[in-house]
Amino acid sequence: MNGSEFLFLLTGLKWTVFLSAIGFVCGSVSGLGIALARTSGIRPLEQATAGYIALFQGTPLLMQLFVVYYGLALVGLKLDAWLSVAIGFTLHASAFLGEIWRGSIEAVPKGQTEAAKALSLGYVSRMRDVILPQAIKISLPATIGFLVQLIKGTSLAAIVGFTELARAGTIISNQTFKPLLVFGVVGALYFLICWPLSLYGGRLERRLAAASR
Amino acid sequence: MNYKFDFGPVIDGLPDLLWGCLGTLGLALAGMVLALVIGIGGVVLRDSPYRALRWLVIAFVELIRNTPFLVQIYFIFFALPLAGIRLDPTPTAIIALGVNGGAYAIEIIRGGVQSIGKGQIEAGLALGLHKGQVFRLVVLKPALRAIFPSLTSQFILLTLTTSIASAISAYELTSVAQNIENNTFRSFEVYGVVTLLYLAMSWLMMRMFAQITARHFSYPVK
Repeated sequence: MNGSEFLFLLTGLKWTVFLSAIGFVCGSVSGLGIALARTSGIRPLEQATAGYIALFQGTPLLMQLFVVYYGLALVGLKLDAWLSVAIGFTLHASAFLGEIWRGSIEAVPKGQTEAAKALSLGYVSRMRDVILPQAIKISLPATIGFLVQLIKGTSLAAIVGFTELARAGTIISNQTFKPLLVFGVVGALYFLICWPLSLYGGRLERRLAAASR
Repeated sequence: MNYKFDFGPVIDGLPDLLWGCLGTLGLALAGMVLALVIGIGGVVLRDSPYRALRWLVIAFVELIRNTPFLVQIYFIFFALPLAGIRLDPTPTAIIALGVNGGAYAIEIIRGGVQSIGKGQIEAGLALGLHKGQVFRLVVLKPALRAIFPSLTSQFILLTLTTSIASAISAYELTSVAQNIENNTFRSFEVYGVVTLLYLAMSWLMMRMFAQITARHFSYPVK
């Protein structure tokens, strides 16, 4: 594997990071909406979001990408591969983050909501100033854990035909006939991104556990 | 939208798809058995007195948990023949699933073992049980109770992960679906139905495990 081939892998890495970032940011925004709907107390909203979450947690990510990819084309949207893949990851992330944050919102002691109500704070202020800041702290380890899952999950975009790190690896491996070396390097690149995140998430988790003891 | 849905090819392919479901479940089951073996072995090594062994297990767990399954399965797919082991894609996928699931199983099982207080083990030894008995009766059984829920959700995750084994064309639902899609070009219909099949499988497994947990692994009084 020479320099230009390694550079090609790094280009793939760039797309992996880009795709993960889009999925995480857009998924966070819609995931927050889902978490709020899931804890809204309005039955139809809660059931609809519960169904949405169950759908994404009960099916393989690969199938979700396929269905979004071909579904969008079918509705008549001619999108670039990367855009429909990004939409797929956004939907996936919104369901998982929605579920993680629902749990965190419910983990905030009930007295906090009651106190906020007693102070006659409205829904927006109650959520923004009282519940969510505490919920975010509780949710951080799981959120970071999911981010690692998402980064690893972007490798499936390779099967749909999008050239990110894993597919860049397949291409180089086919050119050089050194699959072990290439996939070893590809795995190491993923590891270099994911491991620090995992360590950070683990540290936050231990700190949280110590604080709540 | 002037697309006309045509589920004909999916209905024709339904027997194949159902066989694919069995393939998926078989792959997941075999992978999980291997994962449990690796998990139990890993926990024993992880807490062994030899530092090198302990670090080896830690490195294995971190490596597997922080790299994508797709890269792992490719690596194993190409590494086995170089090691002189020639296997069909399906057994290769089982090994990859077992290795991947094993890393997670080590963490889950270890959490369960650590939930057993040291005093319990000492009490067991004081009662004259030998080490194997203490492990089996005092550590393993209560630990199983503690870890069963996490292990089963890991099993469901592993079942969903099997779809990635289609990348090396192992026999399971996704690769069956890809074959039908290649022959009929009814992509959305095929993958839509297959998604529902996966949903049905994970839902059934969830119900089944919930029943087993309620019957065998819940505390009688709490």
